[in-house]
Amino acid sequence: MDLVALLAIQVLYAIASLALISVGLAIIFGMMRVINLAHGEFLMLGGYAAIVATNNGVNIWLSMLVVAPIVVGLIGVVVERTIIRFLYGRMIDTMLATWGLSLFLVGLTTAIFGNTTVGISAPLGSFQIGAYRTSAYTLFVIAVAAVVLAAIFAVMRWTRLGLIARGTMQNANMAAALGVNPPRVYAITFGVGAALSGLAGAVLAPVSGVFPTIGVAYVAKSFITVIGGGAAILTGTVSASALFGTINQIATFVTTPVFGEVALLGAAIVLIRLLPQGITGRFFRRGL
Amino acid sequence: MMLDVQGLRTGYGRIPILNGVSFSVNEGEFIGILGHNGMGKTTLLKALMGFLPATGGRVMFGHDDVTTVEPYRRARLGLGYVPQGREIFPGLTVYENLRMGCSTQDSAEEDIIAAVLEEFPRLKALLDRTGGALSGGEQQLLAMARCLCGDPRLVLLDEPTEGIQPSIIDEIVETLQRLRAKRGLTMILVEQNLDFIAALSQRILIIQKGAITREVAPAELGDASLVGEFVGIAT
Repeated sequence: MDLVALLAIQVLYAIASLALISVGLAIIFGMMRVINLAHGEFLMLGGYAAIVATNNGVNIWLSMLVVAPIVVGLIGVVVERTIIRFLYGRMIDTMLATWGLSLFLVGLTTAIFGNTTVGISAPLGSFQIGAYRTSAYTLFVIAVAAVVLAAIFAVMRWTRLGLIARGTMQNANMAAALGVNPPRVYAITFGVGAALSGLAGAVLAPVSGVFPTIGVAYVAKSFITVIGGGAAILTGTVSASALFGTINQIATFVTTPVFGEVALLGAAIVLIRLLPQGITGRFFRRGL
Repeated sequence: MMLDVQGLRTGYGRIPILNGVSFSVNEGEFIGILGHNGMGKTTLLKALMGFLPATGGRVMFGHDDVTTVEPYRRARLGLGYVPQGREIFPGLTVYENLRMGCSTQDSAEEDIIAAVLEEFPRLKALLDRTGGALSGGEQQLLAMARCLCGDPRLVLLDEPTEGIQPSIIDEIVETLQRLRAKRGLTMILVEQNLDFIAALSQRILIIQKGAITREVAPAELGDASLVGEFVGIAT
């Protein structure tokens, strides 16, 4: 029974971390049709922002939950205003531009921080489940993911900003004809997506450490989750994270972490083969 | 004068469509625009709304020169647009579509929507349905109601009867006549349905090869030879 509880926590953690690293990309891709190949680097910047702030005396919780999302969100707005906004509707050009941005950010952080892994200690200890011990920080990551997803749902469903974002996503010209300023909506959306990526990178920094090329590891899983989830931003992210996270963690538990990754990728291939439009292209179509 | 268009030119890429359109609209007027397919009727409305950049000429909306103004700023100045094909937000509910229409308004959107729904009672029973699940006629009513939520001073209405059943066309005519009387609405109507345009318009402009070539009274639309020559539509 203790083992089942421990496994359940690990599965929830896998789902939560997948959802966290994917939701920023899902918002940017789902709402703006921009394939942001620098998404992994936004996560990496979030990690560095949290570490630098903490090392400079800022409370670690503030560093992770406030400083990192604000810093990366502002970087996102600058990127949108200076690069992305000139490339809307040109998907290949956007991919090339964000790929270039990704290489630039990797080079810049390597020059500043060096090609070594830096980290911060998890601010929570461990707790006992019967004969086993596990990190309390795992529960914190699960809680952050749950709060972030609930907050996005609430904003999208019940606020004027969420309504305008959904309307603009569906028909930007018509939204403009009704007085909405689409470029402003896009800038805010890109900034929010980047901020969420920064938050995810910061929250996961104590677990994984941070190094300049860590974004590569994040971006593949993020894209798999977003594509597997389909068009509905939130429902798609949650459902794909639940599926892939569960498969990944159970396979890891039964065999090894390497095979767990292989199982995740295999599941993604099967899913896209069976459901080319992703999970929400077939199920939960009215989900957000 | 509410709208003054002088020598307006625009097109798609290098293909010119409007070759110097000039006309004006007074406050409270309903103006109809008729012409063959491909003569530039829809392009004219898109250009007036700012979706196509003017390559020449000038558009004055009230005292504002809006020739190079972005669409969302024109909407905030009081230009309303009901496009061809309705362009309802398909994934939003009817109520959310109406809320989108309130984007330019500062007052409580519940009150604005309640007032607009009084003019479109058919929509009251559909508020929780998604826009994409409505019939063409219901979508047209929603598109008009959504536009009115922004309290526009001038409405650009593009082919509202296209693909709509006759009973709803009658409802649209009655609604627009009522709105003209109650709200003093000003409107530019692009339409191919001669009965519809004659029932609503005070003057009708004929557009040919991207320019306004003639102005006729609604009663003249009964002249089959004129209609055939300038409009190319059987009565």
